[in-house]
Amino acid sequence: MNTLADFTFVSTLLFAIGIYGLIVKKNALRLLFAVEIMINAANLNFVAFNTFLWPNAVGQTFVLFSIALAAAEASVILAIVVVAYRLHKDVDVSELKTLGG
Amino acid sequence: MADLLFIAVTAVTVGGAVLALESTEMVYAAVALAGSLFGIAAFFFLLNAPYVAVFQITVYVGAVAVLILFTVMLVRQEKWMKEATYSFARLFGILAAAAIAVTFALSFAASRLYDLPAQQNTPTFFEIGQLISTNLSPILLVLALVLAASVLGAITLAKVEREEEH
Repeated sequence: MNTLADFTFVSTLLFAIGIYGLIVKKNALRLLFAVEIMINAANLNFVAFNTFLWPNAVGQTFVLFSIALAAAEASVILAIVVVAYRLHKDVDVSELKTLGG
Repeated sequence: MADLLFIAVTAVTVGGAVLALESTEMVYAAVALAGSLFGIAAFFFLLNAPYVAVFQITVYVGAVAVLILFTVMLVRQEKWMKEATYSFARLFGILAAAAIAVTFALSFAASRLYDLPAQQNTPTFFEIGQLISTNLSPILLVLALVLAASVLGAITLAKVEREEEH
């Protein structure tokens, strides 16, 4: 049977992978991937604690709101990436000095 | 102890996450990210949260992953495949990630959360729907406004640039 420790272990692993991506990668799309992985690790932790310690509908509803917010954030970041690509022909964040156009 | 299904889902999720960050071909990386998000949905099923799992599949695998895939196809460049990250930066990243993982694991192991008895209540769809439409309806309205604002912002970002080209 799976325990709470198993789920928190997987969540910690995913969060560490996201941190690695945020530190190492320069491509804006890779940074978006890393942020998405970290958000999903947090959501997994949330549902795991909710299920094992105090199972009710409030915790799951909160994760639904979190997923919707992450979707909104992803759409804005992707729009910014497309605009940056039009301006600079590249999405390397170390070379993006201005986004003013 | 974890069972076989849990280990398989863990392999898919963590493997997909690593491949999403390390695959040289960006399209494969986007597909691997979609696989990782699907693995998270499988975890939600394992945690007796089917509504959240279906929502995760609909929003992430259905909408966000496809959006990312099309953006990748739009801005992809050949030179990304040859670019190698500096080995020093990579080493630093691995060390920082390992430090954070060890810190979290030690603090989880030191906590007494795992000694608490496991609960057996499973919330139903009806409870979730009732909660969203009554007590948490202000949050739902604010969330709808945020989503509308983000979509409008994304459209504006893409639109202004096109007008300036003419």
